[in-house]
Amino acid sequence: MSATYTVRDSATMLRRNLLHIRRYPSLSIMLIAQPILFLLLFVYVFGGTLGAGLPGQRGGGDRTDYLVYITPGILFMTVASVALGTAIATASDMTTGIIARFRTMNIARVSVLTGHVLGAVLRTGGAVVIVTAFAFLLGFRSDAGPLDWLGAVGLLVLIAFALTWLTVGMGLAADSVETASNTPLFLMILPFVSSSFVPTDAMPAGLRQFAEHQPFTPMINTLRALVTGAGTDSDLWLAIGWCVLIALLGFLWSRRLFLRVPTK
Amino acid sequence: MTATKPAIEVCGLTKSFGDHAVLAGVDLTVPAGTVYALLGPNGAGKTTIVNILATLLAPGDGEIRVAGFDVRREPAGVRAAIGVTGQFSAIDELLTGRENLRLMADLAHLDRRPATGAVTALLDRFDLVDAADRRAQTYSGGMKRRLDLAMTLIARPRLIFLDEPTTGLDPRSRRELWAIVRELVTAGVTVLLTTQYLDEADQLADRIGVLDGGRLVAEGTAAELKRRVPGGHVAVQFTGAPALAAAAAAHPGARPDADALTLHVPHDGSVAGLRRVLDSLDDDEVAGVTVESADLDDVFLALTGHAAETPTTTTPTTTTSTATATATTAPNTTASAVTAPTTEEISA
Repeated sequence: MSATYTVRDSATMLRRNLLHIRRYPSLSIMLIAQPILFLLLFVYVFGGTLGAGLPGQRGGGDRTDYLVYITPGILFMTVASVALGTAIATASDMTTGIIARFRTMNIARVSVLTGHVLGAVLRTGGAVVIVTAFAFLLGFRSDAGPLDWLGAVGLLVLIAFALTWLTVGMGLAADSVETASNTPLFLMILPFVSSSFVPTDAMPAGLRQFAEHQPFTPMINTLRALVTGAGTDSDLWLAIGWCVLIALLGFLWSRRLFLRVPTK
Repeated sequence: MTATKPAIEVCGLTKSFGDHAVLAGVDLTVPAGTVYALLGPNGAGKTTIVNILATLLAPGDGEIRVAGFDVRREPAGVRAAIGVTGQFSAIDELLTGRENLRLMADLAHLDRRPATGAVTALLDRFDLVDAADRRAQTYSGGMKRRLDLAMTLIARPRLIFLDEPTTGLDPRSRRELWAIVRELVTAGVTVLLTTQYLDEADQLADRIGVLDGGRLVAEGTAAELKRRVPGGHVAVQFTGAPALAAAAAAHPGARPDADALTLHVPHDGSVAGLRRVLDSLDDDEVAGVTVESADLDDVFLALTGHAAETPTTTTPTTTTSTATATATTAPNTTASAVTAPTTEEISA
């Protein structure tokens, strides 16, 4: 199958997935509501107390300081939330008869997957814009310049690609839609054991080491540096490296799961 | 594909799921431009064969060539030649009928103008114009099946697999689908069809293979198969119980049904045999006579020594009643005498 057909079939499958997203808006609403609820919960319920414990502020910070601190983590969770939806969407798509039809057609088969991934990345983009606007509405302000924002967008797209390829694989590997909605939950839980909500310094030794070295922490640190205009450090390359690695492994895993001819 | 080269060549095909052998060595040849029906009950291996031929399932042993391509080594060639309409609808329910067809046209790599033309033509041909812009999930069973087949046809496949294409359809939708299949055959397409209904195979197929327990137990034209089956009955409905009793005494091999006032007399299909039965009857005492030819259950019993385990045939085969024959030939009981082509009604 030539590369031209791969691109053309992927574009066709992307159109199909965009129609699905449009025709089934409740899933998108649920996926976007999740990080927004976390944002409200953490800013208004915990924010006063947690803000006071933030380092680097004279006498601790306030609720707005905490909003600024957690917004990058919430943006990461937005990407993770949509990725969770992608696992569900992929698994439920695999149960439909049309996938069997695609398998009997002379098309670039991987386009079924790239269609899901590209659709999910666009859905993530929409979700991130809405959640960012919401953070601004609650009082988020930053000194980030256009280049910082551009960098943040680029990094978010990269994270979206990585998590989406991973969750497409989980959706394909799942034996039911229920399983597919459970396996990616760790993507929503791992950010809590990172620098998303509190600085890692405050954690006990073993946990702190895990939190500092798990793959999501450099991503969240870099996002924070970009959206607050603080300037990035070596975490940027670590974040990009993790994203590329996860995306590549997710892609190879998904492709293997989808392309094998079943023996039963 | 030339007429001399078969569309499907299967030699010694086996397939096991774990310890369970689903196909135990199947040989099958389907010449190009013909219709072949695989007839068999649930679990006989019909769908497994279709899935293997359609590259959806890896075969066990055996040589399998479809449209001249080896299914293991040249699956892309196979896929370029075939179209599949399965038992479960392969349509995208969130898309409209038009969008579904457009999706197929795009995946068949048609250019914009031919794609639009093909979509419009198929909507028209399959009577889906009014529903074209409604989501497919709102379609009836018959409409879904028509859309499904239309989607299969958009890439103009030379070989079409129809896996139980009319299961669950009402009699009218079945006949519409049969008409479409006949049109395809006229256009030179090869069709491999699976079915549980003898009358469907009878209506459509040039050759029929009877599949049982993963083996082809018989193969031939519909007429050849029916000749091998001693089944068939004349059902005589009487006006009163005494007449029924008298007739039952005169025909020792017959089975009386006291509730329906009906006597089922075994019949070999010959005119002489029918005349003998008719001659034994008194016109005043008879309310109606129905000639029933062999149904799937008769065929199965004769060829395999056991009854077909289809959901519609639960009555013992040797005592096939009109109700059983009706259920086998037409899933909906309305107008069964008209839709069941193996049943001819003769008014007394």
